[in-house]
Amino acid sequence: MTLSLSTHDQAMLRGDFGPATKMAMTIVVRMATVAGANELLSIVGAHIDSTVYIGDAGLEFAEKLAGLGAKVSVPTTLNVSGLDEHHWQEWSVTNDWARQAHRQMVAYQSMGTIPTWTCAPYQAETKPSFGQQIAWGESNAIVFANSVLGARTDRYPDLFDVCCAITGRAPAIGLHLTENRAGQLLLKLIDIPTELQRRDDFYPVLGNFVGKVALGKIPVIDGMTFKPDDDQLKAFGAATASSGGVAMFHIVGVTPEAETLEAAFQGHAPQQTIEINMDTLRESRRALTHTDDDSLHLVVLGSPHFSLAEYARLAPMIAGKKKHPDVKFLVTSSRAMTQFAERAGYVQALKDFGAQITVDTCILTSPMLPKEIQNLMTNSAKFAYYAPGLLNKKIGFGSLQDCVDSAVAGKIIRDESAWNE
Amino acid sequence: MKSITLNGKTVIPGTARGLALVSHEPLSFWGGYDWKTGEITDRRHELSGQIARGKILALPFTRGSSTTTAVLLEAIRAKTAPAAIITTETDFFFALASVVADELYSTPLPLVALSESDFGLLRSGDDVEIAESGEVYLKRNA
Repeated sequence: MTLSLSTHDQAMLRGDFGPATKMAMTIVVRMATVAGANELLSIVGAHIDSTVYIGDAGLEFAEKLAGLGAKVSVPTTLNVSGLDEHHWQEWSVTNDWARQAHRQMVAYQSMGTIPTWTCAPYQAETKPSFGQQIAWGESNAIVFANSVLGARTDRYPDLFDVCCAITGRAPAIGLHLTENRAGQLLLKLIDIPTELQRRDDFYPVLGNFVGKVALGKIPVIDGMTFKPDDDQLKAFGAATASSGGVAMFHIVGVTPEAETLEAAFQGHAPQQTIEINMDTLRESRRALTHTDDDSLHLVVLGSPHFSLAEYARLAPMIAGKKKHPDVKFLVTSSRAMTQFAERAGYVQALKDFGAQITVDTCILTSPMLPKEIQNLMTNSAKFAYYAPGLLNKKIGFGSLQDCVDSAVAGKIIRDESAWNE
Repeated sequence: MKSITLNGKTVIPGTARGLALVSHEPLSFWGGYDWKTGEITDRRHELSGQIARGKILALPFTRGSSTTTAVLLEAIRAKTAPAAIITTETDFFFALASVVADELYSTPLPLVALSESDFGLLRSGDDVEIAESGEVYLKRNA
């Protein structure tokens, strides 16, 4: 298979559009060749995950492109950075880290991007619509775009997303193509009470299991008796993309390419069928907790970033209450959602409770947390999955209500009633 | 001494030799690979605590975060990366880190894909050599 390039692609590759476009196109073409693409396709938007500051190499890459005069050619949102530009000094971020992470922010902002600084770009007004071709990085955003919005992106890594944004082109591979969007595994819910499906903690638990069995394949969930909202789907997708490599899922009767079971599989038979019962879910829920005691230093919400609807759910739960003085309570969100929440009065409600808000980043991408914070609690499977390896912290998983109750009590407490036999 | 030659597919060409570190579980390098030391840090992964620096790392494919590429790029720059990586299919995330390392530093990381049955022959501790052609030579003390 050989890659055929349009005359415009060839001109970009030759350097007719400047050295930054040439560098970006060189990488797009080399990777399209590695992936066995026949051609490139045009995209209408991009989301850059490369904004996450990891170290000098990523910074050198960003500054090299920016220094060559790189500009994006399609509307492009930015993922979280390594720094909350305005509140980092409230936490344990060092000056050195702040300086480097800020340089990386400046480099990506200089390319004419939209400085959303969020891992949940699908909450922004600029979100893509059904059928649109896009190039997105950030595993939770990729799975949401494909599955819930019906937009089309392959599972793109950091550093590639920006090359697509600059050139406006992506390899015609994977989930860009209709035939590769068919379900592969059938996951049947067996006797899962509708009441449990209404709960926010059902989705990270289900997603954690689905990711583990699906790995890189497209799972189809059948047997839902409740229609989840965007935040529940966000939590589910983020979990599947953390415990597995899921870039697209279907939920029959819920997601746009799965009106029926047959549509989800595009008429093919599933490669494998797996049943999910209450025992499966209880085991998955247990696996999300990575601590055996109930001591608690920090409750952290907002991975992926807290939405306006989540602020609206949290505010009445904490009304008239105060968190325990020995526990911190942190919400990570985007500037945009937090501004809306401020106008709606939710931010004041959080402050009255004793909560803190961080925007632009999260605990996984900014070295915010001091050493004395060792035991965390969250309602996010993504935080639960990555905190032990990335931060060397212990983590307990619970529902949003469990998180609030624990923050008030000063120790991890969970209402087990919905999960018991 | 047992010797085996496997015909792999070159994903990114290069030569490398080292001891194999093998897992059949996919891994996310973000939250799973400490680029400052080369240690595998995913505490739920069977290779947790192993040092992959300088080894021939064999993993079926990457899992999870799209930041895996950025972490591998840091490791290549910091010289804490594996000497080469063997997968069961072309892994876009690893390949991109190697291509960008080539563009920025002229230090691509050799990548080879093996069929699942050939991949299944690899054992941690094997002496592995990777050729430019994609051939993988295994030596094992019988």
